[in-house]
Amino acid sequence: MTDAASDHLPHTDSPHTVSGPIGHNEPRARARRTVAGKGRYVDDIVLPRMLHVAFLRSPHAHAAILSIDAAEAREAPGIVAVVTGKDMATQCTPYAGSHQLFKRLKAPDQYPLAVDRVLWQGEPVVAVVATSRALAEDAAELVDVDYDILPAVTSFERGTPPAVQLHDDIPDNIALVEQLGTATVGEDFPGADQVFEAQFRFGRITGTTLEPRGIIADYEPREGALTVHCSHQCPHQQQDIFARHLGLPEHKVRVLCPDVGGAFGLKQQLYGDEFAVCALSIMLGRPVKFIADRLESMVSDNHARDHAATARIAVKSDGTIVGMEVDDIFGIGPYSQYPRSSVGEGNHVLRITGAPYRLDDYRARLTMVYQNKSMIGHYRSVGHPVACAITEGLVDLAADGLGLDPADIRRRNFVRSSDCPRVSPGGIDMPDMSLETCFDAVVAAMDLPALRAEQAEMRKKGVYRGIGIAAFVELTASGPEYYGPGGNRITSQEGCHLKLEPSGVVRCWISVTDQGQGTDTGIGQVVASHLGVAMADVRVFSGDSETTPYGGGAWASRGIAIGGEAALRAATALKANILELAAVVLQADAGTLDIVGGRVVDRDTGTERMPLSDVARIGYFRQDTLPPGVQPELSVVRHYVTPRGRKFMATNGVHAAHVEVDTQTGIVRCLGHWVAHDAGVVVNPSLVEEQIRGGVVQGIGSALFEELRYDDDGQMLSGSLADYLVPMASEMPEITVLHVEGTGVEEELGAKGVGEAGVAGSPAAIMNAVNDAIAGAGLGQRIHTLPLSPERILGALGKVPGEL
Amino acid sequence: MSDRSYSVSMTVNGEVVNANVSARTNLVDFLRQDLELTGSHVGCEHGVCGACTVRVDGRIMRGCLLLAVQADGQSVETIEGMAGDPLMTSLQDVFVEENALQCGFCTPAMLLTAHEFISRVVETGAYRPDRDAIRDTISGNYCRCTGYQSIVQAVERVLIQYETAPTKAPNGAPNPGSDR
Ligand code: FES
Ligand code: FES
Repeated sequence: MTDAASDHLPHTDSPHTVSGPIGHNEPRARARRTVAGKGRYVDDIVLPRMLHVAFLRSPHAHAAILSIDAAEAREAPGIVAVVTGKDMATQCTPYAGSHQLFKRLKAPDQYPLAVDRVLWQGEPVVAVVATSRALAEDAAELVDVDYDILPAVTSFERGTPPAVQLHDDIPDNIALVEQLGTATVGEDFPGADQVFEAQFRFGRITGTTLEPRGIIADYEPREGALTVHCSHQCPHQQQDIFARHLGLPEHKVRVLCPDVGGAFGLKQQLYGDEFAVCALSIMLGRPVKFIADRLESMVSDNHARDHAATARIAVKSDGTIVGMEVDDIFGIGPYSQYPRSSVGEGNHVLRITGAPYRLDDYRARLTMVYQNKSMIGHYRSVGHPVACAITEGLVDLAADGLGLDPADIRRRNFVRSSDCPRVSPGGIDMPDMSLETCFDAVVAAMDLPALRAEQAEMRKKGVYRGIGIAAFVELTASGPEYYGPGGNRITSQEGCHLKLEPSGVVRCWISVTDQGQGTDTGIGQVVASHLGVAMADVRVFSGDSETTPYGGGAWASRGIAIGGEAALRAATALKANILELAAVVLQADAGTLDIVGGRVVDRDTGTERMPLSDVARIGYFRQDTLPPGVQPELSVVRHYVTPRGRKFMATNGVHAAHVEVDTQTGIVRCLGHWVAHDAGVVVNPSLVEEQIRGGVVQGIGSALFEELRYDDDGQMLSGSLADYLVPMASEMPEITVLHVEGTGVEEELGAKGVGEAGVAGSPAAIMNAVNDAIAGAGLGQRIHTLPLSPERILGALGKVPGEL
Repeated sequence: MSDRSYSVSMTVNGEVVNANVSARTNLVDFLRQDLELTGSHVGCEHGVCGACTVRVDGRIMRGCLLLAVQADGQSVETIEGMAGDPLMTSLQDVFVEENALQCGFCTPAMLLTAHEFISRVVETGAYRPDRDAIRDTISGNYCRCTGYQSIVQAVERVLIQYETAPTKAPNGAPNPGSDR
């Protein structure tokens, strides 16, 4: 690790005492296996008599299905079944992505395959099952679907009455309008000297996990049991969905998510094609595998963002921010995603825009519209980057308009620790914020004055560099208040099951899942620390709905913050049980004993009394030596749900980007990036650091390269990785991560979520840095459209025509 | 669709493999599906992501852009076959230490790319510590999880180890650790 990366800045005195492996860079057991090529991803699993499915997908964005002729395909070599949407609809109950906290949300029913109309290019229409994927693809080409092509809804500007209606009872294609704030959007800001306004546009992007989505469903007809291996984040959620919608008893459905090759929220939903695979296995009584290829991933994976917002900031002449407003139109594709709904991203934009600042006059409006494009779902840092880019774009705009330094205007307006506890105007509970500490850390690490001086020097030479700063408020570790009242069957609890083995080592099953974040290892560290054993003596299992405690899996940065708390409780409980048993054996008072280094010791002197292996041996094999009535309990399960009333564990951070814009080509070079982030107690610094860096890279990707483009007919123009550009190593800067340990966490462990932090602020920082390079140098207009492609930058510089 | 098969013979991780493959089967699918060597991964099958990287006659190649029949008569190595290679072992250890992987899906390919880079540098003695050169080299391999920095750090660390201890330089010695 670089020196800067290991800086650790206490914000206040931590109330959390830590010991053992917590706080250390423990290597991951999974990593040892995957470097050897021994990862076990879904596509690596082969079951006896397994069949393969290929989906025939709609070539049109909007069309009626007039007829399907599959006769020739059914005769093709290796073909076992050809199943249409109508056949499939009889196998399952439909589903709708509603959310009862948003009662006005109109969410139409969905089926796994299109029934009589297709609503996006790439929608699965026919499933072709064969003995190999290649034969299934060959036969899919022989299926003849007769379509009546309908006009597609692809733009989503307000005020243009839709020429085409997507769903029967939604004449305006508007899924939801939601408002909040002190005044109606568009009204005056009392007490403001100036108001600045800008239009923001965020293109469609997608998670682009390197491992495409994949699933194997294996229905055993004699047992009536369905076993599913899938590349997913939430095994229990999927178990519930498959059981309910396929009419199976829940205890006969098992969902395993082994090694998962990246997820990022993309693998958190129900996908029609994956659901269809389960139904196909039931229909055929054989295992069926589906692995999305990259071309179909681009049109069938959930997309994210797609916002057009008008936003305003109101300031006094001295730079005090008095108000902010956002009016966001959010295109969500043809349906609301299931089971979580598509509201999440828009809701976050509504709630966290402006959140880092002490403004009180805040109003926001969200309009969610249906379109003939792929579905919009959750992608890492749901809504945060949009809210942050709008907020921080406005702050820079105000600084520029008032002639103030962008750093100074931020410093004076941040929500301070002394303002907390506070509830933001968007409704975010802020028990404590460490924005000032994060900001100071970033400014010091980057040496802002020196970079500014260098920038001025370089400008004289015609080299245009820019610095962008962005503060963010991050919602992590969500509680039961969102999906519970929403009526979505998504649990907010996490659990941990610990078992002391006869040998004296510990097995640990957790409900949180690991897609590379290192959650398994982080939980192992918590268990080892709080039980008093070595890391090597804890083996952690996750990703199996049948054997792990019931829990949410991976979403909303809750693995360590919530799963870790469950693990801490389980470890504490197991320790108490072990000490009780040891006390009986040693004829001592359990309160005088402790466990250190895998041994029972005298609490006061540290003298060894007996190793855990002896406690376990007696507990399992020599109950005869124990007094009557003593029952060893060497397995425990504990669950954890966050405190009622706390919707999220809010945290915060600050990003800074340093870029150089080539004014001839419009290409942006990233020179450096700094992030200070408040993760509370850091359980494993290296996991946190590289996860934040990974997020920064995803954020830079969405700021500079990534865009799913459609033509006016709803045809995707960027359907391969050759067209959809993801960041590669050579384009990425060195990223300095600074840990700030803030407070405000009720939990004993004291960890806050970190998964969103990297993505939340990096697009805003890049956007501000690019604008600093070009608008700050007086070369052109500000751009608030992401991605900042070379074409858009040249447009801002007035070198090529075109809309910004 | 015509689906002609051809008989091929190649060495895979040191073992002779004779097989009938259909003309359209690419090398990575052949390795994964027919030989059950699942260490090489498939991320795009159109030559962009690098996840399918394997070694063919000692050079790294994209397994999705080569047909299995094109590897006829050649020597193919996958991550599984590199198990006993000292440089690969160092890389694997340091990748774990530096947390240079998250989901691990890109990792076998990233390791093969790093292995070739370091082998070349050590052979020619041309390396001056330069993280940009490492970044350029691994830029054919897409990683969505890490921020790349830990990978750069890991490769640099191993490179420096090999630079300062050239006697350990890899030289195409057979791979005793092949687990096939
Ligand atoms: S699978 Fe071969 S380059 Fe992506
Ligand atoms: S570690 Fe997941 S793609 Fe690289």
